[in-house]
Amino acid sequence: MAKTLFDRVWEAHLVAEPEGEAPLLYVDLHLVHEVSSPQAFESLRLAGRSVRRPDQTLATMDHNVPTDDRPADDLAAAQLAALRRNCEEFGVPLYATGSGREGIVHVIGPELGLSQPGMTIVCGDSHTSTHGALGALAFGIGTSEVEHVLATQTLPQRRPKTMLLDFSGSLPLGVTAKDIILGAIGSIGVAGGVGHVVEYAGEVIRGLPMSGRMTICNMSIEGGARAGMIAPDDTTFAFLEGRPAAPKGAEWERALDRWRALPSDPDATYDRIVELDVGELAPQVSWGTNPGMVVPVDGVVPDPSEFHDPAEREAAERALVYMALEPGIPIREIEVDRVFIGSCTNSRIEDLREAASVVAGKRVHPRVRALVVPGSAGVKRQAEEEGLDRVFEEAGFEWRRAGCSMCLGMNPDVLQPGERCASTSNRNFEGRQGQGGRTHLVSPAMAAATALAGHFVDVRELALEPVA
Amino acid sequence: MKPFRRTTGPVAVLDRADVDTDQIVPKQFLKRIERTGYGEFLFFDWAKDPEFELNHPHAEDARILLTGRNFGCGSSREHAAWALQDYGFDVIVAPSFGDIFRTNSLKIGLLTIVLPEEQVRELMAEGHGAELTVDLEEHTIGPHRFELDPFDRRRLLEGLDDIGLTLRHEAEIADFESAHPSPVATTAL
Repeated sequence: MAKTLFDRVWEAHLVAEPEGEAPLLYVDLHLVHEVSSPQAFESLRLAGRSVRRPDQTLATMDHNVPTDDRPADDLAAAQLAALRRNCEEFGVPLYATGSGREGIVHVIGPELGLSQPGMTIVCGDSHTSTHGALGALAFGIGTSEVEHVLATQTLPQRRPKTMLLDFSGSLPLGVTAKDIILGAIGSIGVAGGVGHVVEYAGEVIRGLPMSGRMTICNMSIEGGARAGMIAPDDTTFAFLEGRPAAPKGAEWERALDRWRALPSDPDATYDRIVELDVGELAPQVSWGTNPGMVVPVDGVVPDPSEFHDPAEREAAERALVYMALEPGIPIREIEVDRVFIGSCTNSRIEDLREAASVVAGKRVHPRVRALVVPGSAGVKRQAEEEGLDRVFEEAGFEWRRAGCSMCLGMNPDVLQPGERCASTSNRNFEGRQGQGGRTHLVSPAMAAATALAGHFVDVRELALEPVA
Repeated sequence: MKPFRRTTGPVAVLDRADVDTDQIVPKQFLKRIERTGYGEFLFFDWAKDPEFELNHPHAEDARILLTGRNFGCGSSREHAAWALQDYGFDVIVAPSFGDIFRTNSLKIGLLTIVLPEEQVRELMAEGHGAELTVDLEEHTIGPHRFELDPFDRRRLLEGLDDIGLTLRHEAEIADFESAHPSPVATTAL
């Protein structure tokens, strides 16, 4: 029978299918961070249980860490200390702040070559879907499940449904992977993928570098899907080759044979298929308080009365009050106070190059405070070798250390009440970047262009200059 | 996990779609390393508004929350489920839930019930404080029937320890591990 990529990975990881219980799925890689793990370790301790496979578990510090010289607050410091203590006690490898290998958990997994095609990967973080870009089945879990995986290296899981998001058309100049996924969530809605694992396919996906594929899979959860996957191909293999945890020598050849057998059969069936054309796609800007509330940059803030569904209408009305926006305002007239380039969605070297090419030789608008936060210590090193830090700093951006930073406001990088931010992150929920803060989600190029102008601009109208 | 069989109590109505877990418990409270005490942070920012639904006097001792579709979307924070339970809710009823939130809730014995939107609306129409009975053995909520995965139902009814259940398959896990060497030899690089 024809199989999908998901079917293959799922079936290869079934440990048991006990009568009257959920199937038991084996976990190849368990990523751990400071926020969703302390209660899991504490429960293990109370039950006298150990970590079954510390060699398949990796911890890092990302959510709480300050990205400049300010100290972590007392609670954050205690949580970071707890992670260090737990990792020592249970023998879990930890890439702590300052180790040179730390970073946002979803950036370092692929960067170190730990995330590989055909694997099952979990983490107590909803953006674990990112790793699906390598052809892995990767999904976010809660703290009880973190404990379950620590103790058993498995998870009882009901088989999810499958959904194919098939993109046609070629991507217009200045339109990026971030715009593809924001546009897709705008189409299917924030609950469109609930209960499904999404496979992203089509020529435009094949043509994306790994960074763009990761941006797309990262935001699967914002469309309600717990996981997103992209078939591994030569782009994937070239990305992985030579990375620290990637197979070497004869092992590499054997891995390639396995990985090449993973993609979905052409006649495979899905529970749901959605076709989207990107040929006319414009850069996207979110106007509301969930990632489905997006419009093209040349559009206007929508009028809630245009929404037929009463729940959507009420949500739009509440969103406009929170965002302090009036219906009909052109997106390009909205002024911003802050710009944030970073997060597990858009903090890879390619994202930073994209932003740097827009700001090179120019100046950030005097009203705007702009921040660039590389996704890992590795990305930071590479960017500095390429001179991107100087490009950003000379343009008036702050250049920071790796971390989740202003994506979620659990560290000193937060919006003040009422501040409006163009952000390359993934969530524009109320208060996400700081209580009372107003978030507009955009691509790195759009965020960079907005930082220069002080209001949203259509990046397609700027001449993109390569960085010297 | 404490078992759940049946509850009777007043409802609270939160008629909003796509309530995300950032609203249920904002990020500043995720720095705590405890599993308890999150009830006071439930809907922390929204609760500052005296008009907020859960501030209604009739919603005060609610045990059952009736809410809109895609409740609990967004972040995987289990703190959201902990906060709802700690606040006093035993049951959340919605036309749909965020997948991770639903799993987290069922793991801790907070029953999440999916009902068709019309039936949720019908229950909501009774308003804050209306008494409702949820019976997991009978699959009923007031006049309606609901479905729950049979495994989840048994886990809740018996208050089973999930990890204990899985460890009964220890031999199969060990067999799987010897037949499928890990693709990554070690994460300590």
